[in-house]
Amino acid sequence: MSMANTTVQTSTAAGARQDVTEPYGPKPRRMFSRRNIFLYGTLIVVALYYLLPLYVMVVTSLKGMPEIRLGNIFSPPLEITFEPWVKAWATACTGLNCDGLSRGFWNSVRITVPSVLLSIAIASVNGYALANWRFKGADTFFVILIVGAFIPYQVMIYPIVIILREIGLYGSLSGLVIVHSIFGMPILTLLFRNYFSSMPEELFRAARVDGAGFWGIFLRIMLPMSLPIFVVAIILQVTGIWNDFLFGVVYTRPDTYPMTVQLNNIVNSVQGVKEYNVNMAATILTGLVPLIVYFISGKLFVRGIAAGAVKG
Amino acid sequence: MFPALRMQGRERTALTQPADEMSKSERPNPLFRNLNAKVASIPMILTAMVVFVGGTVWTVLYSFTNSKLLPRLNFVGLDQYYRLWATPRWLISIENLLIYGVISLVFSLVIGFLLAALLDQKIRFEDTFRTIFLYPFALSFIVTGLVWQWLLNPDFGIQHVVRDLGWTSFSFDPLYNSSIVIYGISIAALWQGTGLIMCLMLAGLRGIDEDIWKAARVDGIPMWKTYLFIVIPMMRPVFITTLVIIASGIVKVYDLVVAQTSGGPGIASEVPAKYVYDYMFFAQNLGQGFAASTMMLLSVAIVIVPWAYLEFGRRK
Repeated sequence: MSMANTTVQTSTAAGARQDVTEPYGPKPRRMFSRRNIFLYGTLIVVALYYLLPLYVMVVTSLKGMPEIRLGNIFSPPLEITFEPWVKAWATACTGLNCDGLSRGFWNSVRITVPSVLLSIAIASVNGYALANWRFKGADTFFVILIVGAFIPYQVMIYPIVIILREIGLYGSLSGLVIVHSIFGMPILTLLFRNYFSSMPEELFRAARVDGAGFWGIFLRIMLPMSLPIFVVAIILQVTGIWNDFLFGVVYTRPDTYPMTVQLNNIVNSVQGVKEYNVNMAATILTGLVPLIVYFISGKLFVRGIAAGAVKG
Repeated sequence: MFPALRMQGRERTALTQPADEMSKSERPNPLFRNLNAKVASIPMILTAMVVFVGGTVWTVLYSFTNSKLLPRLNFVGLDQYYRLWATPRWLISIENLLIYGVISLVFSLVIGFLLAALLDQKIRFEDTFRTIFLYPFALSFIVTGLVWQWLLNPDFGIQHVVRDLGWTSFSFDPLYNSSIVIYGISIAALWQGTGLIMCLMLAGLRGIDEDIWKAARVDGIPMWKTYLFIVIPMMRPVFITTLVIIASGIVKVYDLVVAQTSGGPGIASEVPAKYVYDYMFFAQNLGQGFAASTMMLLSVAIVIVPWAYLEFGRRK
């Protein structure tokens, strides 16, 4: 409320002065106006709230267990130890396996890399076909695909179990790769279709006149021009597939569990003494891949989720 | 990535070339027209028809059977649904979903919009603030849930810290108190998801013409009134898509509950998605799982169908 009033006052003041001196551009604002203190104060408090869990995670993972039992979760570690990280990575137990999160990490890599490649390969060609080579009925399938993206996964989980069992891939990593490609398809196809549709039609026509065919145009003209959208798609898929839990738990076996499933099993296991520092180290390790993708990609990440979310 | 694509491209060209030539020499068969595009769309057609349509029909059909360990076509009418709605765990799941849904909707819209409005004041370090508000969205629900489980741990977390400061009767243990556990879960969900809503809202605010603001200022309309009566109504499409996104996310809530409470204490924080999973893969009562998932589908349809009707019906 106070913010609104002050802004209006400053703007009317600026307007009044305009008559006399004809200033150019907006009125320079004082750094410590009431408006700024309120604005930045709120933003900083909210930012601290958002950063707090990350801070607590890091701090806890660097403490020894005695310090955690005695101290305060917000206090920085008195004695920094990396032992919890080593233990989380290499020796933490889930069920019978005691080789830490490293197993889950490599499983997740072996799931994420082929899933991202396959889903993007399928969806980009598909989006291109929908944008430039529309055949009769194509739009109907596309609408079904998009509407299907809203169906709760729980409805389709069991039929897919049956399909995968029939083709002998249930429980294997390849089966999970197929599942990720299926469920990534609606959003990625939409992304690529919209991108290819926005390209100038003349480009496509000129290539047609020069005798290029379906694949020729795709590989020589569309692909080189659409690198940004591929990067957006990769960001979207890497974070989405890495963070998946439901499909991992349904379609894999304990020794092929992805990292998220294994993390949950380590932290929420009922046996043994709870080692909170190891748990937090494991949690950070699991979150690290999408966080790195996020901080490196910056604005492209925002673009990816905005494109994905608004249209999806 | 690109070599892989190219290889696949060449293989497919080789496969489809003869068909193309054939269609040129003989009488053109409409099936072979634009054949490459059809081949490229096979994965989409299979996904749409076999998995999405076929899978949904299959699940709905089998929800009328008494399948236990294996799916069997032994129809029992609506028995599974009667049993479902007589199961306390399902009723609690639905109640939790409603509470969680209302909280998610209201708070993520309000907080997301307020943050976006604050960021839209031509402030400095906008990118830094946005990066901070959005980073939780990059984390999985499992990671989010486990962090908040730790923060809300009554023996070590926030409650413990406040008690150590001297306020010994302070109590804040939402994850261990069955009457408020779903609120505790919502705290984590909001932390994770509001950044996305803020981004969508910010994009919407940036789409508002600067002249609107100038006109409102000239007329002396206070800023909050401009937001409430001019800007928000203008952002209606953004709000609707955001609403659909939040709503479809609410029904899916599963990982967060598994990570934070595993449905506990007791069955106080169960949600429908977890009910489905547990009945399908642990209780070996497939029929119940199918009936519950069909109910989930129905609830989504109630939200999506009117929206799709408005959205696409108007375009035509």
